[in-house]
Amino acid sequence: MGNIIREYRTVKEISGPLMLVDDVEGVTYGELAEIKMEDGSIRRGRVLEVHGKKAMVQVFEGTRGLSPQDVRVKFLAKGMELGMSIDMLGRVFDGSGRPMDDGPAIIPEKYLNVNGNQINPYARDYPNEFIQTGISTIDLLNTLVRGQKLPLFSGSGLPHSRIAAQIARQATVLKTGEKFAVVFAAMGITFEEAEFFIADFRKTGAIERSVLFINLADDPPIERLTLPRMALTTAEFLAFEKDMHVLVILTDITNYCEALREISAARKEVPGRRGYPGYLYTDLSTIYERAGRIKGKKGSITQIPVLTMPEDDKTHPIPDLTGYITEGQIIILRPLHTQGIYPPVDVLPSLSRLKDKGIGVGKTREDHSDVMNQLYAAYAQGKNARELAVILGESALTEEDVLFVKFSDAFEDRFVRQGEYENRTIEESLRIGWELLGMLPPNLLKRVRDEFIERYYPKSS
Amino acid sequence: MDGMKGEVIKVSGPLVVAKGLTGARMYEMVRVGELGLFGEIIEIKRDEYSIQTYEETEGLGPGQPVVRTGEPLSVELGPGLIRSIYDGIQRPLDVLARDFGEYIVRGTQRPALDRSKIWGFVPVAHTGDTVKGGDILGTVQESALVSHKIMVPPGRMGTVGQIGPVSGNVDTEVAVIEGPDGPFGVTMVQRWPVRDSRPTKRKIAPTQTMTTGQRIIDMFFPIVKGGTACVPGPFGSGKTVVQHQLAKWADAQIVVYVGCGERGNEMTDVLMEFPHLKDPTTGEPLMERTVLIANTSNMPVAAREASVFTGISIAEYFRDMGYSVALMADSTSRWAEAMREISGRLEEMPGEEGYPAYLGSRIAGFYERAGAVICIGSDDRHGAVSIIGAVSPPGGDLSEPVVQTTLRVVKVYWGLDDKLAFARHFPAINWLASYSLYQEIVDSDADDTVDKMWSVNRRRAMTILQKEAELDELVRLVGIDALSLEDRLLMQAARMIREDFLHQNAFDDRDTYTSPRKQFMLLNLILRYYDEIRTGLADGATLDALLKLNVLDEITRAKLIPEDDLERFRSIESDIVNSIRALVW
Ligand SMILES: Nc1ncnc2c1ncn2[C@@H]1O[C@H](COP(=O)(O)OP(=O)(O)OP(=O)(O)O)[C@@H](O)[C@H]1O
Ligand SMILES: [Mg+2]
Repeated sequence: MGNIIREYRTVKEISGPLMLVDDVEGVTYGELAEIKMEDGSIRRGRVLEVHGKKAMVQVFEGTRGLSPQDVRVKFLAKGMELGMSIDMLGRVFDGSGRPMDDGPAIIPEKYLNVNGNQINPYARDYPNEFIQTGISTIDLLNTLVRGQKLPLFSGSGLPHSRIAAQIARQATVLKTGEKFAVVFAAMGITFEEAEFFIADFRKTGAIERSVLFINLADDPPIERLTLPRMALTTAEFLAFEKDMHVLVILTDITNYCEALREISAARKEVPGRRGYPGYLYTDLSTIYERAGRIKGKKGSITQIPVLTMPEDDKTHPIPDLTGYITEGQIIILRPLHTQGIYPPVDVLPSLSRLKDKGIGVGKTREDHSDVMNQLYAAYAQGKNARELAVILGESALTEEDVLFVKFSDAFEDRFVRQGEYENRTIEESLRIGWELLGMLPPNLLKRVRDEFIERYYPKSS
Repeated sequence: MDGMKGEVIKVSGPLVVAKGLTGARMYEMVRVGELGLFGEIIEIKRDEYSIQTYEETEGLGPGQPVVRTGEPLSVELGPGLIRSIYDGIQRPLDVLARDFGEYIVRGTQRPALDRSKIWGFVPVAHTGDTVKGGDILGTVQESALVSHKIMVPPGRMGTVGQIGPVSGNVDTEVAVIEGPDGPFGVTMVQRWPVRDSRPTKRKIAPTQTMTTGQRIIDMFFPIVKGGTACVPGPFGSGKTVVQHQLAKWADAQIVVYVGCGERGNEMTDVLMEFPHLKDPTTGEPLMERTVLIANTSNMPVAAREASVFTGISIAEYFRDMGYSVALMADSTSRWAEAMREISGRLEEMPGEEGYPAYLGSRIAGFYERAGAVICIGSDDRHGAVSIIGAVSPPGGDLSEPVVQTTLRVVKVYWGLDDKLAFARHFPAINWLASYSLYQEIVDSDADDTVDKMWSVNRRRAMTILQKEAELDELVRLVGIDALSLEDRLLMQAARMIREDFLHQNAFDDRDTYTSPRKQFMLLNLILRYYDEIRTGLADGATLDALLKLNVLDEITRAKLIPEDDLERFRSIESDIVNSIRALVW
């Protein structure tokens, strides 16, 4: 493979987002291609398969307007790379990594392949540092830790963007003197949603420590396949080379998966469930597994992927396979939203799998785990009783049940519900938790150790 | 040599097609491209050789070289396996991290067994002994828990010539054997092709319980040494926790844990935790009996496909020494998906849900490598490999092909239920749906060694749980008041079996492991309470009083009674009797 730049005018087929180039030589799998149109404009693509002298190229910006006769394809002898610089902070990029704000060009410190490399599992460090998001249902009940991947499972029309923005705004660690950054990857979201994030980041000054990659609903879908990888490459650069703690927000994963399905269909692959390719799990894992901590490195990557569940169905392949890879999930629920509760987090099926290692003495507070279990159990009991009452009538409830129903109503109203700009400390969340537990007599608080009841159970009334 | 070197003609993801490898065999290992990526030939069509590549293929293209190795994918077996962490093709991840940094670098290799480690070989065979494959020549103390037997490789035989104590690395010759075709040296290391099962004298029916310390498993759905089990369940239902619990507490002598297409952090968790956890029988760190294989979801799928075979070959090797080995594979669904992906790239005719038609035979073939056996070698020692496979059905749908084909071959089914998991009832093993075909073996064993009432109590408890499910239906339709007093007592007993016996918190130091003796006493305590309240009711005590006894708190906390203080069960029992008597008087 010499360094001769190879340029071909031998496009034989164009179909969907794919293009077949013939008579090529020395082309390699995954190689980046530049597609020059008659009018001088340039699109980019990536080699998906090479067989003898034929190369199949996926065109990022789509094939609209391309004609086999008048395009020239140049193979660049390298994979998809992105120039990295600390100056990317505060900037907005489009789906192919070009600045889309009015700022100056980025002068890269180095180029990194956007597909990244796999972290050696032996080199990983276990995530165990508490991140305070200021949202009670997350901090107290589904604790997020640094290096975790914790998605928001939502539905269309639900306020997941507002929640994601609130997390980005408020996320802090109970330690000082550390460097933070937010990397925001928007895939196929609407202009308004994107504007909402940008405006929010501007207003709070968060933009200074953020890098934004934006592909809008009317931008080429195929760009959505590389966009999260560019965002994560940037995050890795900031985290592991610049010692920053990076929060990555990926929204909306559903749009990403649809783009993947489109490519798969164009390649006539055997479809899996609901037409998504059989390798969707593996493909998603190459995104989600790029979260974490590495031994001996100061920085970390925490991921909040956002996805809208088609028909609010958790068994749809996208949420299903995501749940199989991520370390828990925060579920946003339509009925709570309809009741006017923000953030409408469905506490019972939500779960942070790494919470246990990030809470307790020296991390949050000694009683955290007990309070969490007790709130959870009491709310579950209250909700059950409430359902029972719906079927059998209020009269079927025991005295105890009635108490728990009251508790769970108050729980939704005072604990789950909070302001979009209300940033609760973990102590505040615990205080509200104890206030609510105070509605129940101490002997019903079976999950809380006696010493904590003595210390924290509300005294008066 | 002609045909030892060919060239790439096609690259499609992990699949590479090469030509010019005349004479190459199916499953032969090759090195692909300028980087020398590892790959394996999986299909031959005339002069076209399809290769599944164990590493990312970016930058690979037609014309690049492919070199044969002449050997199928093989593992190195010898001292140094214990405490190791390997990827799917047995590359030592700890050494790679040390030498190449935190990311996995393509084309890199280090020997699976560290050549800088010095082992002391102590002979047990003597000059002049006639030996054959499997015979133990001597031992190496590999870890605090494992005495590693150095055996004559399968298929070899002869008379022991020179032998004596030596120390050196695994390549050190420990004995010379005069074979029929001349003398050959035996070192501490063997190579074995992973897709072949290691020979045994014969399989025998398993007879020994494998105690796991997990109450619902040991009491209701037990497994045996040499048995097979599967743990299907939707995401977050607790498959990995069950697997970790077994890796920690099962009374196997060797544990091989295969993280197959799952999370990196879960392997880190094991790596950080196991050195600090103590084996309940020996008090030594659990890592001293553990081998880890980590081919996480983001690592190449072909190596994921191989990881399960790498793991089982290592397990069989320890079995051959006469050990009981437990292998956990989390998750076999990811393994099946790897097969599906490769099969798709080969454009094979897809079967159900796109899985290859040979899915069933591959799964069966894998579980068939489990079993209790008489090992090769002259002393007829017994060894066993148990396999516990997690299954991750899409959407929790148990009718999908991987679950269904697995259920056809395994003998134990621990069905995880997301409703239980949501209710934070862990382990979320559904007690109505799960089963163990080893029940009888374990019952007769436990009746002899733990308590003669073991099986009787177990059956009673299960009947109570089944009755509860029926009554639950009724309650949901018409309310609790419709139940007879007797039934109310049964509901109470069932609730206690669920909450105070079945529920077991893996993350609580006192609750994470329960000995069979304590399991028996705990269940017996609940049943005793049930007997007493029934008598109490007959003798005139009120339902309310019986269901609100103070002693209930003691029963609830009984699961946390330390293993060395089991006398307390007796005092709780007498508390039960006394407090009910007080009601009746
Ligand atoms: N025995 C247990 N005790 C306490 N908590 C448990 C237990 N089993 C499971 N859990 C809880 O459930 C969570 C999910 O369990 P686990 O990771 O084993 O699920 P899984 O079935 O392996 O999911 P996936 O398919 O996504 O890997 C754990 O993080 C833990 O919080
Ligand atoms: Mg798991």
